[in-house]
Amino acid sequence: MSDHEYTPSSKFGKWFNDRLPLLTLANHLTDYPTPKNLNYWWTFGGILTFCLITQIVTGLVLAMHYIAHADMAFSSVEHIMRDVNYGWLLRYVHANGASMFFLAVYIHIFRSLFYGSYKSPREIIWILGIIIYLLMMAAAFMGYVLPWGQMSFWGATVITNLFSAIPLVGESITTWLWGGYSVDNPTLTRFFTLHYLIPFLILGLVVLHIWALHVPGNNNPVGIDIKKPSKDTVPFHPYIVIKDAFALLMFCIVFALFVFYQPNILGHADNYIEADPLVTPAHIVPEWYLLPFYAILRSVPDKLMGVVAMLSAILILAALPWLDTSKVRSAVFRPLFRQFYWILVADVLILGYVGAMPAEGLYLLIARVATAYYFAHFLIILPVLGWKEKTTPLPLSITEPVLGGSPNLAAARSDEKIEKTIK
Amino acid sequence: MSDQKDEKKTNRRDFLFTATAAAGAVGVGAAVWPLVDQMNPDASVKALASTEVDVSSMQPGQSLTVLWRGKPVFIKRRTEDEIKKARTVDINDLKHPEKDEDRAKNPEWLVMLGICTHLGCVPLTDKGDYDGWFCPCHGSHYDTSGRIRKGPAPTNMEIPKYEFVNTNTIKIG
Repeated sequence: MSDHEYTPSSKFGKWFNDRLPLLTLANHLTDYPTPKNLNYWWTFGGILTFCLITQIVTGLVLAMHYIAHADMAFSSVEHIMRDVNYGWLLRYVHANGASMFFLAVYIHIFRSLFYGSYKSPREIIWILGIIIYLLMMAAAFMGYVLPWGQMSFWGATVITNLFSAIPLVGESITTWLWGGYSVDNPTLTRFFTLHYLIPFLILGLVVLHIWALHVPGNNNPVGIDIKKPSKDTVPFHPYIVIKDAFALLMFCIVFALFVFYQPNILGHADNYIEADPLVTPAHIVPEWYLLPFYAILRSVPDKLMGVVAMLSAILILAALPWLDTSKVRSAVFRPLFRQFYWILVADVLILGYVGAMPAEGLYLLIARVATAYYFAHFLIILPVLGWKEKTTPLPLSITEPVLGGSPNLAAARSDEKIEKTIK
Repeated sequence: MSDQKDEKKTNRRDFLFTATAAAGAVGVGAAVWPLVDQMNPDASVKALASTEVDVSSMQPGQSLTVLWRGKPVFIKRRTEDEIKKARTVDINDLKHPEKDEDRAKNPEWLVMLGICTHLGCVPLTDKGDYDGWFCPCHGSHYDTSGRIRKGPAPTNMEIPKYEFVNTNTIKIG
C-alpha cells in the first residue's frame, strides 16, 4: 500500500481514522503512484467498473417489474417495454450494456496479452480476471434466458445439455440443473436468482482484482519494473482520473449509439417470439461475445470432446503466465511475438465469424483450422517463442527513451511530447 | 518433555481431533444436502408421468408431436417404404447399432422422444439425407427409425416407455 504515513488534517478526521482508517484508504487511492506512460488501452479497467455498476443499477430496477415465471416472463418484459415509465430505456441499456461490458472486457484482456500484464508478479490479478470473465459469461447467459423468448429457451436447452456430455452422471446433472425433464419454470426461477447473485460476486472479485493490482502497481506500455513513487509515476488523482473520465465519455457515446439508434442489432429477432418447447428456431446462435467458443464447440465432431475443447479454450488462459516463457513483458520489445499476437487476434475474430455461420462445408473446415491454431498459439508458439525469440533491448526507465538514451523510441512515442514539456 | 515418547504415538487428542472432524463433516454434509436436492425435479413435476394420445385420425406417412414431461414426443405412422428403408439397413453401418424391430415393435408406429441427442434441439420431420429427421442446430441426420446416421449426435433418439391402450390410443409414460 502507500509508502508514506497519512494523517487527516481535521481533528474529527483523525479521531475517525484512528477507529476506521477509511481516510487512509481514500488517500491511498488518490495518491496511488501510476506509471506516467499509460496509454488509452489502460482506461478500460475504469470503463469496466462503470459497466458493472450500470448493469447492477439497471438490473435492480428491471427486477422490480419483471416476473420470473414461464407463463408471465415474456409478457412482463413486453410490459416493461410498453407500459413502465422509461422501461424501454432501462431494458435497452441493460441488454446493450451486457454487450458493451464484453466489448470492454475483450479490449482489457487483449491489452494484457499485448503488454504481458499477466506475467510475474501479476499472475493473481490475471487469474482473478479470468474468474470474473467466467462469471460474466454465466451471468450473461442466464440473463439472456429471462425474457423467455425462443432464443432464450433454446439457448438454455443447448447450453444446459453441454453437461449431459459428462460420462455417467451427465444426465442426472442436467435434470438437477433443470429441476425437471426439460428447461421449464423451475429452470427460469433459479436462473433469475443466480443472475441476481452473480453481479455481486463479480463486485467482490473486482475489489480483490484491484487490491491485487495495487500491490505491485500497474504494468505499463514499456513493461519494465519502475520505482514508485518516482519521476516515472504520477498520482492517480487527478492525472489518471481525468484520462479515464475522458475515455469513459468516448465509450458512452458508442454505448448511446447502440441504445438509441440500434438497440436490437446485437440481439436476435427470434427472441421476440415466446418460448415454444415444440419448435426449435432454424438457426440457434449465442450472443456475439460467446461466438468464438461456440465455434470451437462445434468444430469437434465428438460431443464430449467438443465440450472439453470449449472449456479448455477458456481455462487455458489461466495457465498463460506459465505458458509464456519470455521474461520480457511488453510486445513492443518482442518483434516475433508481436506478429503472432496479431495472428491470434485475427484467429479469434475468424472463430467468432464462423461461430455465427452454419456448421457445415467450408465454415466447418475454417473453424477446425482456427481452433487448432488457437490451442497451438498457447501450447506451442508461446512456450517456444520465449526460448527462441531475440528481443530488442529494454530501456532502463520510462523516462530514458525520451531523453534519447535508447533506440526504443517507439515504446514511449505517444507520450513523448508530454514528457518533454515536463522536462 | 518427559512425555516425548507419547507425542510421537497416536494419542487420545489425535483421536478426538479426527472424531470431531468426521462428525463435523457428516453434519455439514447433512445440512448441505437439502440445499442441493431442492433443485431436483419436485413432486408436481414427477406427478405428470403419463400422457394418452388419440391417434385414430392419423394416416400412413403422417406424424404428430405431443408434449410429455415438457418434452416433445414424435408419433409417426410410417409408410411401407419407410419401414422397408429402416429394416434393410446393415446394422454394422450404424453409429449406435439398434435394430428397427427393437425400436418399433409395431412396425407401422414409431414413438420416440423428439429430442436430438446432441444438445437437445427438436429435429425437423421428413428432412435430412436419410428421409427421417434433421436437426437444424448442429446438423445431425436421423433415418426413418430415428437412428443417428450423420452428424455430431452420439446416440439414436430415445424411445420412451409407451403402450397401446387400445388400437386408437397410445399411452406414453
